[in-house]
Amino acid sequence: MNVIVCVKQVPGTNEVKMNKETNTIIREGVEAIINPFDTYAVEEGARIKEETGGKATVLSMGIPSVAELLKETISVGMDEAVLLSDRAFAGSDSLATSYALSMGIKKIGDCDLIICGKQAMDGDTAQVGPGLAEKLGIPHTTYVRKIEEIKDGYIRCQRMTEDGYEVIEMPLPAVITVVKEINEPRLPSLKGKMKAKKTEVTVWTADDIGADKALCGLSGSPTQVVKTFVPEHNVDSEMIVGTPEEQARNLARKLLSMQFAIQVQEDE
Amino acid sequence: MAGIRILKDKCVGCKLCVGACPFGAIVMIDKKAEITDACTLCGACVSACKFNAIDFERGAVANAVDVSKYSGIWVFAEQKDGEPESIAYELLGVGRELADARNTALSAVIIGSNLDDACRKLITKGADKVYSVDDASLEKFNDESYSGIFSQLIYKNKPEIVLLGATTYGRSLAPRVASRINTGLTADCTKLEIDPTDGKLLQTRPAFGGNLMATIVCPNHRPQMATVRHKVMKEMEADESRVGEIIRPEVNIPRDLVVKVKDVVKTITEMVPLTEADIIVSGGRGMGDPKNFALISELAEVLGGAVGASRATVDAGWIEYSHQVGQTGQTVGPQVYFACGISGAIQHLAGMSSSDTIIAINKNPDAPIFKVANFGIVGDVMEVLPLLIKEFKSALK
Repeated sequence: MNVIVCVKQVPGTNEVKMNKETNTIIREGVEAIINPFDTYAVEEGARIKEETGGKATVLSMGIPSVAELLKETISVGMDEAVLLSDRAFAGSDSLATSYALSMGIKKIGDCDLIICGKQAMDGDTAQVGPGLAEKLGIPHTTYVRKIEEIKDGYIRCQRMTEDGYEVIEMPLPAVITVVKEINEPRLPSLKGKMKAKKTEVTVWTADDIGADKALCGLSGSPTQVVKTFVPEHNVDSEMIVGTPEEQARNLARKLLSMQFAIQVQEDE
Repeated sequence: MAGIRILKDKCVGCKLCVGACPFGAIVMIDKKAEITDACTLCGACVSACKFNAIDFERGAVANAVDVSKYSGIWVFAEQKDGEPESIAYELLGVGRELADARNTALSAVIIGSNLDDACRKLITKGADKVYSVDDASLEKFNDESYSGIFSQLIYKNKPEIVLLGATTYGRSLAPRVASRINTGLTADCTKLEIDPTDGKLLQTRPAFGGNLMATIVCPNHRPQMATVRHKVMKEMEADESRVGEIIRPEVNIPRDLVVKVKDVVKTITEMVPLTEADIIVSGGRGMGDPKNFALISELAEVLGGAVGASRATVDAGWIEYSHQVGQTGQTVGPQVYFACGISGAIQHLAGMSSSDTIIAINKNPDAPIFKVANFGIVGDVMEVLPLLIKEFKSALK
């Protein structure tokens, strides 16, 4: 079974990390990483390929340096890596991204299942998976927490819902987006790392995949960001002090009087 | 030529754009800003620049439509067993404001089975019209049939704005439909307004785990589509005297579906699902031991709330993933949120900081959770929680 896993590079979080080589603390504010949700997609893709045979290809769209990140996925089970990289793709919103990826997938060809992470860590939109399925004209299921069965042009999977899950069957090819509950991503093996080093990432331009440039990048994106701002957390913070008994009593009183206030407002 | 460039004569080297760029794509060279290849043309720097020193030319767009041909505000009314979900009423609440600002009608679209009561309720909650597609085959949400029907209705009736809930179903249906129609979709909005100058929908949403807010428009395509975060918009009071029109549109209901929902399983046995709860009691690593979560459950029960958890406790296997609050879990916005033994990593804050009142109980006075908490208690949760439960029990008897 041939699987394509779509991943996105996102800015790393502002967490403090250790530089393993120099053993010093470094702040990696804008270091690019593979979207953490996509690592579950990579793992699931690797497992399906290993169980059913076939090929697992990782696909991304981004600037040329993303190629290095894609190599990491080779060390955890992907066979081939394809990067769509072209200035024509810059400024893509989720619609233009869905289009470009769909053209990349068509060019790779012969694919049974496409797996995406449930959403990207930076934009949090969760729109590309379903948008991509629509552009390919194939079914999709979001928030997949388990694949119950996959064989001969058919998948049965569990979609996580607000109060449980649904069991959904679809014909293949299809798109699924996965939640972190689905698996635990493996660590790269030494053999995998060696393989990653030797792997050449295939880089395709808009022309290579036969994409209509008008549908890519800025010109293919209906949405525009007009303003960004840092939200203000104006919190009236009150520390409740005293013995634990006093703290508990005072907090309960404050909340009960507030709850009461809320109810009064609703009655008006 | 579309693209972005720094106007060197206007750039004063203030570095505001460097800080505003989410991708680290702006560097300072000779005290002037310079844009590197890492630029994704997101435009965040343009609004950050106080000196109009960044020129952003968008150029022509594909698939633009004549926006004057589109009118009316639509909301997708999610339902379960024929009963509208609360998100539907929240959408009507904000939809009503938008419709009034645009001086146009507010319509609800409901797809399901046995919907007569639901249609009436949607009208009392603000809808002027209800498009009801009522068929036994449509009882349960199905991406294939629902997206087919919803797209047909949009093509035929040309609404200018379409809102859906940022729920499991909404976030699956909306992008599928927007992709079919080739229009813009903004996910997970927390604020929607009409621009008084040109009537466009201003869609504001958090990005980067809530570290940044972005306002997004869809100027040349219609409908302007958005999903809206649950528990953010206010419902209208039900008004039984409201009159509205119930329309049963002629649509082609997809039969022979290839996507089949074989089973719907409820695993969350609590009375209140996390995303619906008005009160959430969440526990973190500071609870010390999985069995101490019984205290979290007990307080939640006393207050009629739901149980939440930090990522650390879910990863450690103390509690199921479905309880996880935060960027990789659920986004919640209850009236009251208790963070018990949760330090408040940014990823956790992203999932709960829109709660009306936040209470933090933590041993460490420097825990970041106190920065967003309305009430803070520095202390041992294992000591404070039983006392708190006792207080509430005696007060709520």
